[in-house]
Order: sequence, then structure tokens, then C-alpha cells
Amino acid sequence: MPRRTDLSSVLVIGSGPIVIGQAAEFDYSGSQACRVLKAEGLRVILVNSNPATIMTDPELADATYVEPITPDVVEKIIAKERPDALLPTLGGQTALNTAIALYESGALERYGVELIGADVEAIQAGENRERFKGVVAKVAAEQGLNAESARSLICHTMDECLAAAAELGYPMVVRPSFTMGGAGSGFAHDEKDLRRIAGSGLAASPTSEVLLEESILGWKEYELEVMRDRADNVVIVCSIENLDPMGVHTGDSITVAPALTLTDREYQNMRDVAIAVIREVGVDTGGCNIQFAVHPGTGRMIVIEMNPRVSRSSALASKATGFPIAKIAAKLAIGYTLDEIPNDITAETPASFEPTLDYVVVKVPRFAFEKFPGADAGLTTHMKSVGEAMAIGRNFAEALQKALRSLEQKGSAFSWAGDPGDPVALLESAARPHDGRLRDVQRAMWAGATIEEAYAATSIDPWFLDQIAGLNAIAERVRTASDALTRDALLHAKRHGFSDAQIGEIRGLSEEVVRELRHALGVRPVYLTVDTCAAEFAARTPYLYSSYDEETEVPPGRKPKVIILGSGPNRIGQGVEFDYSCVHASFTLAEAGYETVMVNCNPETVSTDYDTSDRLYFEPLTLEDVLEVVHAEQESGTVAGVIVQLGGQTPLGLAQRLKDAGVPVVGTSPESIHLAEDRGAFGRVLQRAGLLAPKHGTATSFEDARDIAAEIGYPVLVRPSYVLGGRGMEIVYDDDTLRSYMAKATEASPDHPVLVDRFLDEAIEIDVDALYDGDELYLGGVMEHIEEAGIHSGDSACALPPITLGHDDLRRIREATEALAAGIGVRGLMNVQYALSAGVLYVLEANPRASRTVPFVSKATAVPLAKAAARVMMGATVAELRAEGLLPATGDGGELPLDAPIAVKEAVLPFDRFRTRGGEFVDTVLGPEMRSTGEVMGIDEVFGTAYAKSQQAAYGSLPTKGRVFVSVANRDKRHMIFPVKRLADLGFEILATEGTAEVLHRNGVRAKIVRKHGAGPGPDGEPTIVRRVLDGEVDLIVNTPFGSPGQSGPRLDGYEIRTAAVLRGVPCVTTVQGLAAAVQGIEAVAGGHVGVRSLQEHAARLRGALDRD
Amino acid sequence: MNPIPETAVLVLEDGRVFRGTPYGAVGETVGEIVFNTGMTGYQETLTDPSYARQIVAMTAPHIGNTGVNEEDPESSRIQVAGYVVREPARIASNWRATGSLGSALREQGVVGIAIPGTRALTRHLRDRGAMRAGIFSGDAATAPEGDLVERVLASPGMAGADLAKEVATREPYVVPAIGGKRHTVAAVDLGIKSMTPHRMAERGCEVHVLPAAATAEEILALNPDGVFFSNGPGDPAAADDAVAALRGVLDAGVPFFGICFGNQIFGRALGLGTYKLRFGHRGVNQPVQDRRTGKVDVSAHNHGFAVDAPVDGPFDTPYGRAEVSHVNLNDGCVEGLRLLDRPAFSVQYHPEAAAGPHDATGLFDRFCELMKGAE
Repeated sequence: MPRRTDLSSVLVIGSGPIVIGQAAEFDYSGSQACRVLKAEGLRVILVNSNPATIMTDPELADATYVEPITPDVVEKIIAKERPDALLPTLGGQTALNTAIALYESGALERYGVELIGADVEAIQAGENRERFKGVVAKVAAEQGLNAESARSLICHTMDECLAAAAELGYPMVVRPSFTMGGAGSGFAHDEKDLRRIAGSGLAASPTSEVLLEESILGWKEYELEVMRDRADNVVIVCSIENLDPMGVHTGDSITVAPALTLTDREYQNMRDVAIAVIREVGVDTGGCNIQFAVHPGTGRMIVIEMNPRVSRSSALASKATGFPIAKIAAKLAIGYTLDEIPNDITAETPASFEPTLDYVVVKVPRFAFEKFPGADAGLTTHMKSVGEAMAIGRNFAEALQKALRSLEQKGSAFSWAGDPGDPVALLESAARPHDGRLRDVQRAMWAGATIEEAYAATSIDPWFLDQIAGLNAIAERVRTASDALTRDALLHAKRHGFSDAQIGEIRGLSEEVVRELRHALGVRPVYLTVDTCAAEFAARTPYLYSSYDEETEVPPGRKPKVIILGSGPNRIGQGVEFDYSCVHASFTLAEAGYETVMVNCNPETVSTDYDTSDRLYFEPLTLEDVLEVVHAEQESGTVAGVIVQLGGQTPLGLAQRLKDAGVPVVGTSPESIHLAEDRGAFGRVLQRAGLLAPKHGTATSFEDARDIAAEIGYPVLVRPSYVLGGRGMEIVYDDDTLRSYMAKATEASPDHPVLVDRFLDEAIEIDVDALYDGDELYLGGVMEHIEEAGIHSGDSACALPPITLGHDDLRRIREATEALAAGIGVRGLMNVQYALSAGVLYVLEANPRASRTVPFVSKATAVPLAKAAARVMMGATVAELRAEGLLPATGDGGELPLDAPIAVKEAVLPFDRFRTRGGEFVDTVLGPEMRSTGEVMGIDEVFGTAYAKSQQAAYGSLPTKGRVFVSVANRDKRHMIFPVKRLADLGFEILATEGTAEVLHRNGVRAKIVRKHGAGPGPDGEPTIVRRVLDGEVDLIVNTPFGSPGQSGPRLDGYEIRTAAVLRGVPCVTTVQGLAAAVQGIEAVAGGHVGVRSLQEHAARLRGALDRD
Repeated sequence: MNPIPETAVLVLEDGRVFRGTPYGAVGETVGEIVFNTGMTGYQETLTDPSYARQIVAMTAPHIGNTGVNEEDPESSRIQVAGYVVREPARIASNWRATGSLGSALREQGVVGIAIPGTRALTRHLRDRGAMRAGIFSGDAATAPEGDLVERVLASPGMAGADLAKEVATREPYVVPAIGGKRHTVAAVDLGIKSMTPHRMAERGCEVHVLPAAATAEEILALNPDGVFFSNGPGDPAAADDAVAALRGVLDAGVPFFGICFGNQIFGRALGLGTYKLRFGHRGVNQPVQDRRTGKVDVSAHNHGFAVDAPVDGPFDTPYGRAEVSHVNLNDGCVEGLRLLDRPAFSVQYHPEAAAGPHDATGLFDRFCELMKGAE
């Protein structure tokens, strides 16, 4: 069945900001879909509020709407664009939910838009628990398959519960019906637990009803990735086995592909069930996944759930097999069948087959618990990881060890240093799933625990445990090898994934010495191809991974090569934005005649799509792994340069050592990077340029730090050197806090001192991205933060062009940026953070690399900054790029015309994901440490509307009616009156704290006084403002922080309010500028003036405006 | 991961040598080396009689993880001549496991080898084609490589080999129907896998399994509702007896179904030629298209030979018009034949699976329908 000819335009919905559980993988899938549809000659209309994505690049769609993904906004886009079809399965749950809402509201029918690649009935059958259970029962009965759902019984009395327990057996899950957020649920391990949990559950449930369900904790967990076309051809793309058994969210589990501990009978039964289920559910076309639990002792199989769309696992499966699920799903949606689609990798065989692997893939999650002090680091069925790394090896051990070192976290790799510890204590720790549990297991077995003991503690399949025992044995062999390591011993260790650093640690040698020895013995990795077919057919697509195997498959290169180092696993502070820059570099350098080579280990990204670069190495970004890739590329051709500036701190941190090893690092030199990152050296750069930094000092002890603070005055900003994402940064107001900070800080970064800066209160913070070729500066964009200085730039909203800065300010910023770029010796991108306080411009920091804001600036100004940077790094000048058309012929992002669109970036925070061990939400205080996982952009003609859009995209809509709570610092009271009055005029009920209410009252605005959080509930139980927010009584919060963030007082009050706002998803304005903005936004929304406009239209208008200038 | 530096060596007839460690029995074995790309089902593969006299190299790196059990073998013993793997399991982990694969290989005297370069080996065989090889371990491994190559070259090749009689049952036996009996099937064992009669028995067939040398008279003497020719090892061009027997069956107009070797015999009975593929199809992920419906089955394969038939439309045979019913989408190879005027069809792949996906089990239903239609 060839492609449908009745479709000429398709709307694709993206997944919005990166949040935990819905991340960069949807940029990967969405980008693939857009490319496929466009290549098929369809007009592609895209909506996604996340500017840090490749899919929102204007080239990928015909009309790109960076607008909030809400049913009403998408309906406006549909009304304007009138697409023939809507493809909702590639943008995660966000896209699917939006599409279903549009279907249910009748909007799709009204505009004659067909839903393709999805069937609403099927989605509902797949997502509704009870209906899905029915589907499973039906196919199992009809086809005689071994499949069930977890057994459960509904009970209304304790007697019924006890009878049910006799049937289901302990432990079991108790779930009261119809309680808020599943309150009162728990695990009952015995009758005592059951009486306690079910007793309170029966009482809590409005229907006196509890659901008792058998526990499948500790069962083996599997997932199959399935594709179906409209001719009912079905293939299983990949099987994935979770090393962590049931009880840990798949996203937080270490997972392995293919499944390694199933016999063919068990696997085929699973496959049959998967296929029967998706047929019964009626999945239209495309990809979906199904999860299974298998009892380790009996093989009983339970079908847990299915996702009727492309998912995080689909991205993983695509990278693990070379079978591009999203791309194929897009083709199936427009009518092709699997047999009509060629397999890209072999070019000769069709996509209607099942990939077979001759390697093992391991994915490990990356967590960010260090960012959320107090958060329970235990792993549950609620996903908490912020990113992941994947590795490929020719055996499980090699893949696992590569994956663990890909995490780039201290202690993430197995270690055989020192004493293993107490096996009993280690197994006790391992019994509770947590980040690092596998290290506990490894050390416990190293200390003598048996596989049986480790299995009893963890339920991890003995086969995996034995593999880890095997690693311990190899480590022991390396340790006890006589005088020098023999070639055999070394090769054996390398074949099981040991890094030079690990071997060095065991032998008491440096990593470099091990590497020299290894090279002297001729022990080097070869690079093998991910080819979907275990070498049965020749592969056309060079998607490579290293292994200490026999034959390298790196093809010889003819053109000069550029190696781009990616950014590794996503983490807070280093996410999809850096991938964006790497991908752009690859695209533009390919156009400029280079062969592009990408190195990265993050399966969620576009950079690790085999389509992105001429060659992809799926490898850890450690010095050892990168050096070997460079060596392999040098063996097969000429390496013109290695780019370290675009992937964030990960590659930047390797720059000096790469250069020392003779690698041609291009762009800003490692020595220049040092000038920017070393406080003393940077101070001299500033001095020469005549620029000011806030007063500061460098401390290695609390006494040092206290003396510096005494000299420059509190508050001070303290942080370790060489960090990204403000890790370990804090604003400190007194000696005591400073003392405890210094105690922690030495752990954060033992090799580097702590920086103590004067903190500028009431300053405007400014972010600048600029490009410098050694002679000419191109100011990419100047962003004015909406929040007060002191909140990490990654967490604060900002506007571009700046909304309150004058020409004089901009001139000073330009001059300062140019002086810094020249002083540091930048070749490529640089990001500078300034603070403007009382008319004085301070330089907070300069980073000679691509920043988080590069994609935002590129989209807001319609200039491909990362592409230009990559070219400059390879020797092009700004003038040449202007002449070529890659950069505008005249002007730059620092002097945008008055009617240029205004773009607002807003951060999205993951606080709702983290709880303390006691079940309380963690502190959501924003500060100099970055916590956001993603961002959105609102773009429109005027600031108010753009701001409204950013809020809507991040939090849902700004309210147009309801209650506003106002509590502002004294300094803000004058400025607050007018906008609050306007809100009152618009019909809002105003709540305020006492002082604020008085000021409002005197100015003719009636405000109801509410109790402060610190005051506690009133004598008659009057709730505090925090309670009211939590109860959903407040629709908008205006709270400007003041006072010092000590243990109590107004500052704490503000934070408590903000925490509550985040939990309830209530928009919260923290500056008077923000308030004015919000009011403008509310007026625009209330007046129905918020329209939609594509980036292409904005760019055309901007070009028009520039031409008029 | 076993840190035992014992050596074993795999020697190919073209002189390529892979060094590794012994797996299973220590000693010496020669045969045709082929690669199998299945990621599951090593126990079924090892016990598949079609692998007689072949050294099987697994592309999946980890083998033996789930041990061996009593239920999964496809015949009474391990059939391969030798076994090449990358990572033998150190322990068996599965609730049905009754022992480890390593011990099973040792107990049955099957010489194997673990080598790092299974991928390099596969690429070599993909480019040069299946060839003779030998695995030598223990004392045998100490001989000079040149001598080992000589020993490999001295072994018989697969072309012209008539092996079905070596692996098939000597005595007829009956697999009773499960549930009520609906049909009597005479199944000629050319190397049959136990799942095949089981699949028929599930559908109410009483299956009379006959030795490979069964003549048409012996087959028809059972008065069967349908006749089945199984998979099996060797060169179909050397199986003239089976071809003659099948011609007799076709002459009698009894419904016929053939699998794999049975498909090749059917092809030859129709007057078509067979030829050796460069490296064959061995795995569980091959896309086969039913040319009539366009539907694609992901199927289990194990064949080194194929039928040469016109794929562009029906053609004449001594039994009336025939057509190629199935093709392999990877390489266009003929995967199924059907007579248009008589109740006879065959497929080159394995609808009984074991190991492999069950997409094509409906072919057994089709056979039952033919038998029903002929009543």
C-alpha cells in the first residue's frame, strides 16, 4: 500500500518542555517525523513550546509554532493552517492528551482534521486499566496464551479484605478507591499491615472500598517495542530486560537489550501476547510498547501496561537496534506498509523484519538527587531520573561498565579501591532500590557475599549477579597478576569493560601509565557496526561502537573530518540545549565539506541519530574513550579538528588533556578556557579590559571564607570553581551558614577552591550569547532576566530583546563582551552573565562555550548561532559568514529593531517529583543552584503576550478571573499599586498580607487580609495563605521576596508560598516587572488577543523590519 | 569470563583461523560452518536435525544463559557437528533449567569453542559463503595450523550430501492427535523437529512419522488424509528417493504439505532445480511475504539450499500449474510453492518455529483445510 495521496498537510505536536519522564527522546522522535513527512512532500505544521529542540528548527517544518501545547492554542493553529491530518503519537503523553482533547471537543471534526497513526478507541482501551485487563484476559483465553493481569479484588469490609488476602497471598498492594492522589495506599506484608492499611483505607474511601492487588514486586520485568502497519503486519523491534526487577520505574532501572534471561518459549509467548494485545486493542499504525512481569520461579507472566505511542523506550530501542521507530511510525501513519519501507542501515532489506543484535546494550539512569537536598533517593514506581546513558558492548559486562562510566558521576563506575566493606551491610543497603545499588551489590560480592545471598536481597536475576561476580574475579586477576600486566590479562579486562582508570586504580598506577602500557602491548579497541542484522548483510550506515574485538569496521575517509564531542547524559544544567548545538555543528560542517563524526552516549538525543552525522560513535565521553575514537579516525583519514565547545562542560573538561595528548582541539584553546574558568586569571582579564566583577575572593577553608566575607560584606555568593548548572552554589547571609557550606563544599570538588563573591541584591541580571572570530564580535542576543539576580540563570525567566535596558546599557554590554572575548581569546561562542546594579555593570561570569540559551537565542532572532560558531571554530570569520548569508549581512542580536518579536524563556521545575523519606515534598526554594529540567518559549509582538504564552506553556494558562494573592517587599509597594488595581478592575478578588493590603486600601483597592504562613492558622482555624494555595483557592500569586532567607521571617514565608504554588501549578510572579508583565499578559488573554504565529512568519517580519532600518 | 587460558582453535578451509577457549567437549570436529542469527532458542537450534554435520556459529554473544531443560529439545540429541559462541554462560538461570548447556555439550561429546571474533567470522562467511571448518581443542589444537587446514579440506562438503537417512527415525512411530482425531497424516521424517508433529497433533492430526526412506507405497499404505515431508539436512539434489516418493504421493492426489527440505523435495518433484545459497538463511527474523495477500510473516529459517522457480507468475509442472507462493523480502529467495490445481503446497521456512516466532503457524491450519477439502 503506497503512501496516501489524499493527505497534503500534517500537523505534528511535540512534547513541550523537558520534564522528568518526558524528555529529549521526543525531540528525537519528532525531528525524525518532521523530516520524513517533509521528504514525502507534505506540508508539515509543528507545534512545540520548547525552543531547545531540533524539531523546532525552522528548516524542519513548513510552519513551526513555538506556542503553548494546549487544546485551545492548537485549535487556533488548526483554524489558521487547516491541516488534513494530525499526527499525535510522537510527542509523548502531552501530544496524545492534547489530540484526544481536540477530538473530544469536536475541533478535529469541525476543521476536518483526521487523526493519523492513532485511534482514539484504541488509546482509551490501552490506557484504561480495567479495559486493558479485559483485553489481556480475552486474548489469553482465546489464543491459549500464558498471560494475565495482576489479580485483584475489591473489598468493602475488613472480613472481605481478610478473605481476599487468603486468596491473593502476602505481600499485596492496598489501594483505597477514590482518594486524592492515591492517598492511603500501601504494601501489606502480613495481616497486621493489612488491618492497619486497609482499615484506614476503608475509612478514607468515600465509597468504603479498597482494591487489594497481588504484589509483583521483585518479578522480572520486560518490555517489547512493537510496530504495526495498516496491513496488520507486526514486528517486534526490540526486547528490553530490566536488570532492576519490578518495583523500580523502567525509566529509573538499569535496562538491557536484548532480553538475556528468557528461553525462546518464554520469549515467543511474550511476543504472541504483545501482538495479540495490540491487535485486540486496535492500535492503528505505528509504534507502541508493552510491559511484562515474569515470576522468576514459575514463569507466570503478567501484562502490566501498554503505551499506544512512541515512548522513551522507543528511542532507546531505536538506538539499541538501529531501527528508527519514530521515522517508520511516521511513514506508516501516512499509509506505507512495513515491507514498502527500506531498512536504512542495509538499504537493501525492508523494514518488515525484526532486528537481531550481536552485541548487548545497557542503559543506566542518571539522577540528580544532589540538587534536591532532603529528597528520598529511594527508587519507586515514580520516575525520578533526569537523564540516561547507553552503552554498547560485545558482552553484558563490557556494555555495563561502559554505561556506568558514561554517567560521568563520581563513583558511578565500579571500584575495587580500598576495602570492599561489610557484605551484610552492603546487601542490606542493596535490598532497597536506590541510585548506586549495583555498586553495593558488586562490593558485597567482592566482600564474599554469594550470588544466592545477593539474589535474596535484591531479586536481581542470578545471571546478572554472576556477571558482576565475574567482574570481581577479573579485578582480582588484574590485582594479583605478577610484576607487570600481561597482554592476556589486560585484554581480558578490557573485553569486560574495565577502563584504564579502573585498572590503574587496582594496580596503583595512573590512568596514563596504564594507557601507555596498553598501547605498547597493542591492546586497542576496534569499532563495530550497529547494523540491525548481526552482520548478515552489509551495513551502509556507519553507526559504530567500540569493543576489544577482532576486526575494525571504520570505513576509510576521504574528506577532512571534524569530530564533535556531545554532552553525555542529560542532567540538570546540561540538557538538550547542548545537543542542539552539537547537531547544528554537524549539519553545517557537512555542508561546508567536512566529514562529520559525532561522539555521544545519550540515547535520547538527535545527535545520536545515525542520520545526523557522517559517522556516529556511541561511546562514553571519557578521556580514554574519546582518545581511542580520535585515534581510529586518524588511522582512517585526516582529523581536521575536534570540537569541545558545544557539548557543555563534559567535553570542555576534556579540552586540555586532549590537547596535551596531541589532539587538534579547535575553537577557543584550552589555555583560553582556563583564562575564563580560573578565578585569578579571569580577574586579570577583567582588569585589563577595565571591567568590574563583584568583590570576591578564593577560599580553601572556612576561616579564609569568613575573612573574605567580612571584607566584602554579606550577602555573599559561594560556589566551587569549574561547575555548570550552578552546582553547589548558594547565597550566604551569615557566618554559620558559611561554615556549613564550606564543610559540604570540600566534598563537592576537592581539587578546586571555593569562590566567594559579593552578592548584588536588587540587580538586573543579563545573559549574553556572542560569537567571536578573533577580530569581529557578533552579539547573538542580550537577555534580560525577569527574576531578581541570585536565581540561577537556568531557572529564571528572561526576555529577548531586553525589555528595560537602554541603548547606553546595550552599548556597554557590547563593549564589555567584545573586550572579554578578545581578552580570553575566544574562537566561537561565549556566554557572559552580567549584573546591572545601580547603573554599574558587573561581570558575573564568562563561559567560552555554547550556552544553554543558544537555541533560544537562535529561535528568537532567527539566526543559527551554533552553526555559525562551528564554522568560526573551523576558521571562518564573521565577515565571511555574513557574506555567505549564514549570519545577517548587517547588525546583530544586540540591536534588534523596535518591532522585532519579543521572546520570553521560562524554566520548568521538577519539584513535584521529589519527596522526602517522610513523604513531604522537598523544599522548592529557587536559588543560585539550578534545578529546572527544561524550558519553554513564548514569542509574540509585545512582551505581555509573549510572557503570557511562556507562563501558559510552562504552567498552564494565566488566569483571567479568580483570586490573586499579593505580598510584596516595601521597596516594591509603590510599583505594585497600579498593576494590582488593574487586576481588581479586571474582576479579580485581591488577597493580601496585612502591610500590602493597607497600601492597597489607601490607594482605593479593596483587599482581603490573609494570614501569613509564619503566623499559623488563626484562632478559628482561619487558613494561612500557604494552606489556601494548597487548597486551590488562589489563581495567581504575586510575591516579591525580601529579607534574608534564614530560618524564619518574610523570606521563608515567600519560599513557602512559592513551594505551594509549584505544587499546585499556580502561576507565581516574584518581581514587580513580572507583575506588570503578567497583567499585560492577562489583559491580552482576557481580551482574546492572543494569536498564533509561526517562527517562519516572525522571521519574515524581522527581516522586513531589518530591511526598513 | 572464565580465566582459563586453555586454547581451542577454529580453522576454516580457506585458512582463516580463530583462537579461543574450548566450550563443551574437548577434541576435534569438522563440518560445514554456518552462522545463526537467532537471539533466543539455542537449545532448539542445537537439537534441530537439519544442522547435522554443520558447525553452528551463534551471532548472539551470550549463549547458555537459561541452561537446558527437558521440554525444549527438538530431537533426542544435540545434532550439530560443532558449536561456536562468544560468551558461554557461567551459570544457568531459568526456572525450567535442569542443567547447564556446557555440560550438555560435554555429555553428548559436542566439541565447541568460544571466540571473541564471532562477528568477524560472520562477516567472513557472509562474504565468502558457507565453507568447511574444524574445531580443535586439547591435544588436537597443538598441531600446526597448516595440518589443521589439511584436515578440514579432507572432510566431505555439503554439496551432494544425502544426510536425511542418517538423522531420521529408523522405525515409524505415531504422534497421537490432541483432543479428537480429525485427520491421519503420514509425515516423512527427513530430519523432523518434534514441534512439527506437535503442531499437527494440536489440530487433531494423528501423525504417523515414517523413516526417510519411506516409499510412496509405504506412505499411501497408511491411507493418509495428507502427507507431510519434513525439514532435514543435506543437499536436496542427492535426495532422489524422497523425490520419487513424493511424486508417487502427488500422483495419488493426496493433499501434501512440505517444510524446508520438504519444500526443496517438492520443487524437485515438480521438475524445478535447487541450488546452494552462499551463506543461507539461519535465524528467526526473516521477512517472508505471502504473494497472494501481501502479508509479511517474521519467520524462522534454517536452510542453505533453495528452489529455483520463476517468481513472475504461474508456471507449468507435471502436476498442472504451480506458483511461487512466498518470497523472502531480504533477498527475493523462493520461500514457498503451491500447486494451483491440486492440494499441495510447501514452504522453505519453519511455521513450527521452535525456535522462532509463531507468525506462520496458520500454515498448519491451511494443511488441515486441504485435507478437509479433499474428504
